[in-house]
Amino acid sequence: MGLDAHDEPRRIANRVLATLLVASLAGAVLLPFAAMAPNRLVSGESVSLLTALRAWQVLGLAALAGALALACLVRPLGERRGARLTLVAAPLALLLTLYGLGDYAQRALTDASPAARVSQGAAFWVLVFCTSLMIVDAFQRLGASLWVRSGYGLLVIAAVAALFAAGTFNALSILREYFNIEDAFVAQFVTHLTLVGLALAPTLAIGLPLGLLAHRRPATRGILFSVLNVFQTIPSIALFALLVAPLSALGDAVPWLGALGVAGIGAAPAILALILYSLLPIVRNTQAGFAGVDPATREAARGMGMTRRQILWRVEVPLALPVILSGLRIVTVQAIGLTVVAALIGAGGLGAFIFQGLGQYAIDLVLLGAVPTIALAVVADFLLQILVAVSRPAGAG
Amino acid sequence: MMSALLRPERRRDALLPLLTVLLVALVLFMGRLEPLFHAAFPQLETAVYARESFWRLTLDHLVLVLVSSLISVSVGVAAGLFVTRRTGREFEPLVSALAAIGQTFPPAAVLAIVVPLAGFGFVPTIVALTLYGLLPVVQNTITGLRTVPADTLEAARGTGMSARQILWRVELPLAMRVIIAGVRVSVIINIGTATIGSTVGAQSLGTPIIAGLVGDNIAYVIQGAVLVGLLAIVSDLAFERLERRYRIGGEASA
Repeated sequence: MGLDAHDEPRRIANRVLATLLVASLAGAVLLPFAAMAPNRLVSGESVSLLTALRAWQVLGLAALAGALALACLVRPLGERRGARLTLVAAPLALLLTLYGLGDYAQRALTDASPAARVSQGAAFWVLVFCTSLMIVDAFQRLGASLWVRSGYGLLVIAAVAALFAAGTFNALSILREYFNIEDAFVAQFVTHLTLVGLALAPTLAIGLPLGLLAHRRPATRGILFSVLNVFQTIPSIALFALLVAPLSALGDAVPWLGALGVAGIGAAPAILALILYSLLPIVRNTQAGFAGVDPATREAARGMGMTRRQILWRVEVPLALPVILSGLRIVTVQAIGLTVVAALIGAGGLGAFIFQGLGQYAIDLVLLGAVPTIALAVVADFLLQILVAVSRPAGAG
Repeated sequence: MMSALLRPERRRDALLPLLTVLLVALVLFMGRLEPLFHAAFPQLETAVYARESFWRLTLDHLVLVLVSSLISVSVGVAAGLFVTRRTGREFEPLVSALAAIGQTFPPAAVLAIVVPLAGFGFVPTIVALTLYGLLPVVQNTITGLRTVPADTLEAARGTGMSARQILWRVELPLAMRVIIAGVRVSVIINIGTATIGSTVGAQSLGTPIIAGLVGDNIAYVIQGAVLVGLLAIVSDLAFERLERRYRIGGEASA
């Protein structure tokens, strides 16, 4: 399918892979692979890939690059077998890059001062990024199902987790930073998830009935969607900040609310703002989900003698569920990201590390907040994608 | 994640000039409201942010958003065009996947991750805004161009139009509404992220908000937040109007 009706004979079956390969080779040669610094607050001296890695690691990467080059070509493998080879070679290159960085950090720090730090450089990120894209491209070419992709993804994640467990990365700057604040990290991670959870539960409790209302009474749609869209439009930090004043007044004026934790700074304005942001996608998708139910199906259910309530719960809800869950997917990913900003009004969460790190010019602390947040958003997106796939009624397809 | 939906359009038409006037008035004459803020927050020593004028902050904010959006839109539309042409079609699935996955990344985290690579200040904010702003533009350019019906293209080819003419006179006009919807998402997100840019040292309307949160001055917070909120709403309404103009012209998806 990838072969176009080009006139000239083609040598390269997969130009995407070829581009990514060239980009990673260029990145590996031209950009710094790691940086070595005397302490955590200064940016260090650049170290190239060739000096950082051991000979066998460089040779290994070169061999894998050779395999990937082979996978690009029309002969001898062709597109599909090339994609399968990529699915073997690209993750190996990814793991070798990760292992090589950790290994270098350990060697470089053995006879350095205890304050010295080794951190990852741009070439490292380019290699991780390009090998990941190679894997995505290979799966697209093979047309692999969500299940195959999930299983494969889990395998790669397990391999990376094994490297972590084996202590490969312990000498790296970002992990040394992590060991310094391990307890706080776990606490803020839990806070982050709690904030998202505390916002999503009321969002669903309010949003689902509102969505149903918008479906049954079309006249309410215009005003409902306009109002909720305004909340989506206002920048997160502005909405968080604007809720600070009224909530602190409310907490002061009504003592029992204040005792419950309603205050200007902290979790209360954060959760309220997250709910306001999350309502639009939930309401819109609930309405769209119900609107997508075929009227003939509803008619048939009525003909079978089902009551309105039975039709709602046994027919409409199951059929609308995939669309509603897609809304939940959007909202969950969005809330994980917005909670970062909530740290600015004292709600905690992983954003606390980001802004603390930015304030101290401590880059590792910034990354320790940012990278797990991104990972959390991507994982949540993936899990909810699976949930959406599972919720599709089997017979309806 | 487009937020364009059917709405009572006439009522909102009146809102745009009204809110624009309100925004401009607040930007220019925030200082005049000092007695009001003093009355509301008597405990504060200074009740109106004065380290920098609000029009300066608004201008800086707009420069951040405009520069990054200009780059995002030109690169994004070019990338979308490339992957929908014959030579670049092979890259389309990957670019689409990249745009979709990238949008799950929290904008604030992207901004934070750019700092180690580009340092503090104006540059990392522009880089982060540009990278993030690219994604919806690319995604919607691809979607918009893909929704142009095949028989429309066939008919255009049949009338003897060249590939370039088809692009400019048929494809782009028909796809324009969806592309503008992407630009709208991109600009609105960037207005928000530029606000957070003040935490990495880029001056914007977020500066009084952060200063207020750090210095426990709720009046500063409100002043910054109201202005940036109004700016976002006015921009969104303006884009909505622009999108509607193209809906009348091209009945691509009836």
